[in-house]
Amino acid sequence: MSKVIVVTSGKGGVGKTTSTAALGAALALNGKSVVVVDFDVGLRNLDLIMGAERRVVYDLINVATNQAKLHQALIRDKRIENLWLLPASQTRDKDALNEKGLARVMKELRAQFDFVICDSPAGIERGAIMAMRHADEAVIVTNPEVSSVRDSDRIIGLLDSKTEQAEKGGHVEKHLLITRFDQARAGRGDMLKIDDVLDILLVPLLGVIPESEQVLRASNLGQPVTLANPLSAPARAYSDAARRLLGDSVAMNVPHERYNLISRIFAGRAA
Amino acid sequence: MSVIVPSRVSLRLLGRSYLAFVLAPEPPFSAWLAELDSRLLRQAGFFTNRPVILDLAALSPSLAETTEITTAIESRGLRLVAVEGVNGDWLPARLAPLPGTPMPVGMFNSNDDKQRTPQARQSRYGLAEPRAGGPVHSLLVEEPVRSGQSLVFPQGDVTVIGSVASGSEVVAGGSIHVYGALRGRAFAGTSGNAGARIFCNRFDAELLVIDGLYKTADDFDPALRGAQVQARLERDVLSVEVFH
Repeated sequence: MSKVIVVTSGKGGVGKTTSTAALGAALALNGKSVVVVDFDVGLRNLDLIMGAERRVVYDLINVATNQAKLHQALIRDKRIENLWLLPASQTRDKDALNEKGLARVMKELRAQFDFVICDSPAGIERGAIMAMRHADEAVIVTNPEVSSVRDSDRIIGLLDSKTEQAEKGGHVEKHLLITRFDQARAGRGDMLKIDDVLDILLVPLLGVIPESEQVLRASNLGQPVTLANPLSAPARAYSDAARRLLGDSVAMNVPHERYNLISRIFAGRAA
Repeated sequence: MSVIVPSRVSLRLLGRSYLAFVLAPEPPFSAWLAELDSRLLRQAGFFTNRPVILDLAALSPSLAETTEITTAIESRGLRLVAVEGVNGDWLPARLAPLPGTPMPVGMFNSNDDKQRTPQARQSRYGLAEPRAGGPVHSLLVEEPVRSGQSLVFPQGDVTVIGSVASGSEVVAGGSIHVYGALRGRAFAGTSGNAGARIFCNRFDAELLVIDGLYKTADDFDPALRGAQVQARLERDVLSVEVFH
């Protein structure tokens, strides 16, 4: 039973691509066959994070427009043999994706993989709609700050209206992934609290990924953080999130929001 | 030294309602048209200056037939203001479907939504089914209203079980009840109903409007934030107060 999951957020720079790579690798480590699909046509990045930028020959647009076969475009990961990448085109733009061709590609991917993870571009335009179009489930990536949360809310509205599932009268199952969570800043009251985010978005929590230089380091090495440093805090958080996607119940290890006396005094003043 | 503070002119946004006839042709259309002609012959001037809405749901015509039917009706001197029951894209802008009953949650700039039947949209948003026959005066929304969504219901009251997000809006001809947090904009009494009120369980609204009189977030007492609140008009002043 294959599943199509879109990783989306509305806002840019919140960690969609990082999360796609990390979750994809973690699911593959759990023995599932996984393909990560880059929908950010014209601004592709997933190939870099996966460390496959020199191996891209054909891309999603080539396959969707019948210029190449799917197996010619798929790139197998060098570290895990059941993890694949379908890159986006860098030279085209998002209008090059046609709906019919995309539907055919998604059908082929479904037949071949347990998990199809779609890395959505930022925004609410055509590219983002195309990425969510065929999704069964959605991972909504949010930073604990107001603009990110509001954009996520907007995206949730679109998931409820623009997806194939929604048009059939169905329901896209949604998961909230809070990324770049900074304990120190949360303690100072500079960030939204996790409870506040959940209260606004009303979507079940998939995981909380702490802000960490490990994520940046892994990206620069061209490795998903779950492979680069599996014992680091963000890697463990992503692995737990992946297990929850698989249906396991894993205790939520929320980096707790520290309060000392001084921060409490300042928090009181700020409010 | 005295400073003259110019008094603010209040800008009123009002709605008006008037009666329009709804003509719903039944198949076969030629027979129905003949009946209409005989009616017009007996009561000349019956439709003069009266707005008419054409409901083509029963005929489910094609694009060409739609144009044919509307031309046939208009050539008889009837003043069509809108056509319902067909794909809105087939119609010239002046005949686009009116916001009819019920007007469910829609998205801004959403062309797809127009093509969907009201029934399909209703079930998607979990809106309560209107009772068959009788007029609908209230709308119940069981899901949160998300940022960017606009819920418009000029016919009466709107009740939202979830929250109304920042960047979304609820527009109601009557009162608005929000059982969650109200963080977006609420327009009550848009059909000229000064008795309409807005209630919410947690108040953090961006804008409140009743019968065209409004207040923005800057005008609210900070103490009201997060409280259970009622807004109503008192002698043309929008008052917002804690409600127990």
